[in-house]
Amino acid sequence: MSTKNWPLWEVFVRSKNGLEHRHCGSLHAADEEMALENARDVYTRRSEGVSIWVVESKHITASNPENNGEMFEPAQDKVYRHPTFYDLPDEVKHM
Amino acid sequence: MNQNLYNYILGIADNSLILGQRLGELTGHGPSLETDIACTNISLDLFGQVRSYYQYAAKIAGDKRTEDDIAMLRKEREYVNVLLVEQPNTNFAYTIARQFLFDVYHFLFLTQLEKSKDLTLSAIATKSLKEVSYHQRFSTDWLKRLGDGTSESKAKMQEAINDLWTYTDELFHQTEADKAMVAEGIGVDVTTLKKAYYEKVEAVLSEATLETPESKWFQKGGKQGIHTEHLGYLLTDLQYMQRTYPNMEW
Amino acid sequence: MSEEQIKSLEEQFEARIARDEKIEPKDWMPEKYRKTHIRQMSQHAHSEIVGMLPEGNWITRAPSLRRKVALLAKVQDEAGHGLYLYSATETLGISREEMYEQLHTGKAKYSSIFNYPTVTWADMGAIGWLVDGAAIINQVPLCNTSYGPYARAMIRVCKEESFHQRQGYEIMIKLANGTLEQKEMAQDALNRWWWPSLMMLGPTDAESIHTEQSMKWKLKRKSNDDLRQQFIDQTVPQAELIGLTIPDPDLKWNEERQSYDFGEIDWDEFWQVVKGHGPMNKERMKARVNAWENGAWVRDAAMAHAEKKQDRKEKKAV
Repeated sequence: MSTKNWPLWEVFVRSKNGLEHRHCGSLHAADEEMALENARDVYTRRSEGVSIWVVESKHITASNPENNGEMFEPAQDKVYRHPTFYDLPDEVKHM
Repeated sequence: MNQNLYNYILGIADNSLILGQRLGELTGHGPSLETDIACTNISLDLFGQVRSYYQYAAKIAGDKRTEDDIAMLRKEREYVNVLLVEQPNTNFAYTIARQFLFDVYHFLFLTQLEKSKDLTLSAIATKSLKEVSYHQRFSTDWLKRLGDGTSESKAKMQEAINDLWTYTDELFHQTEADKAMVAEGIGVDVTTLKKAYYEKVEAVLSEATLETPESKWFQKGGKQGIHTEHLGYLLTDLQYMQRTYPNMEW
Repeated sequence: MSEEQIKSLEEQFEARIARDEKIEPKDWMPEKYRKTHIRQMSQHAHSEIVGMLPEGNWITRAPSLRRKVALLAKVQDEAGHGLYLYSATETLGISREEMYEQLHTGKAKYSSIFNYPTVTWADMGAIGWLVDGAAIINQVPLCNTSYGPYARAMIRVCKEESFHQRQGYEIMIKLANGTLEQKEMAQDALNRWWWPSLMMLGPTDAESIHTEQSMKWKLKRKSNDDLRQQFIDQTVPQAELIGLTIPDPDLKWNEERQSYDFGEIDWDEFWQVVKGHGPMNKERMKARVNAWENGAWVRDAAMAHAEKKQDRKEKKAV
């Protein structure tokens, strides 16, 4: 029986030029060529893509949801980064 | 009707039909889910090509024959596929060896067929070439993995290559229809593909750390409708519905 | 963590789900949530994979090239759906190999309907029409389930599956409009697949053990009996439209309920098949185990090759 299993890969597909690659799922493959070919066969059977990225899942570093407070909440009160923060008279157009 | 053109088309299409059918047997039984899906994709590509060819053949025949009649209602001796493609899925090494040995030929063949004076055949070739180019990549990669993988896989891959080698020479035999179509600028002279074929095959085998078989004894007969015993059973499945329930629509 | 802390985490967790927030893989989750999801999602994945077999049985014998490519594509989709679901389950910390192990040893279940044999071509029609029809009813609400990876996999699955049921129903239409022999073939398939399809929507609410918790976690949005009624109400007119008869003498339109009343389901048969005594349980498992075991040397070879390639690359770099 198998001793080592095929590692897991994450698949990102660009649906058409001009758009970003988006994560669409994962799969198993022994090496990068196989990962790319499997991604093509599994995730673009209905012409969903024009470009594929694959990356072995273990190479992804993810933020920890436990740190979400310190990571993301400080951005919430920085309303001055958004255009709606600034009061302008209604007469001003194109701004 | 142009009998030579009709026969010529069957000579191309039957290969894809029989190989597609063989790959279809594997759906649901592949060594991994991903590989299963990949093999089915190749099967679907081949059946797509088959339908284009037979629809064209049916048009040339000009009688009531449909693509399905041509695909499913001929007798065993009337199928003109090469012996290679009817060989069974003994194990995954055989599936890959069969695919690889055919893909290299198929790619070279379509590259030439694309230049055919017959615009329908040329158009089918152009479309198929993209598919077959991928098939070749798939089977080549797998040949290398199994050849240069474990000692067990190497032995299995070598055995499959050795066993199927005997069916390679037939790919380059010319039939009467071939000769007539080559003369008209429609068909491909397969004898001219032989050198490039064996060079490519040997190069990949060597990269896969496999030996190129030395045997010079080759089997032939498929193109004349004299097949190995495997084909009859394959056709029994393929034709079952059409034979059991004749003249019905599905 | 103290018991109190866990309790507070659990309360926050349930509140998030109640607010329709999604749970993602790295979020804290109660052990029971994880386990329940692993069980249901892997069972769902197994059903897709085992479900390839009864239809795969007719790929080589499909009656026309058009039917053959449609069937091939459909069975291939099932492999794809199994793959999406296994991948989604893996985010909960179980490997695909472990899930296979559970399937092969009988520890994990799969949909019992695939333990019936496909004996005629019409079964391809009946499966697409009824089995996929019932599956869609089960699956559509899951596109909105609380666990993010599961919901995303289901969105993909549902999108792709829209052609499956049409494929099956079209086969039935053709048969129903065909010769007497074809019509009989269609009716016979409906007779055999009708009741198992009703059973596929699960035991009656009174006997269903997981429902309440599953509702809370949005693993289920409607009860089994409601889903079954929905399935019957939508399928009966489809049968009538093509002149086929639902094999239930007690089936009757109930004006008051605006629904069909239907006959007693043979739950004995259902539980027998679940316990492994269906006509095809053994064969189905044997086919899966064989594919996996016969593929072991292939998977090993691919890994060995990848390692060799990696080694060569590293040596070159030095």
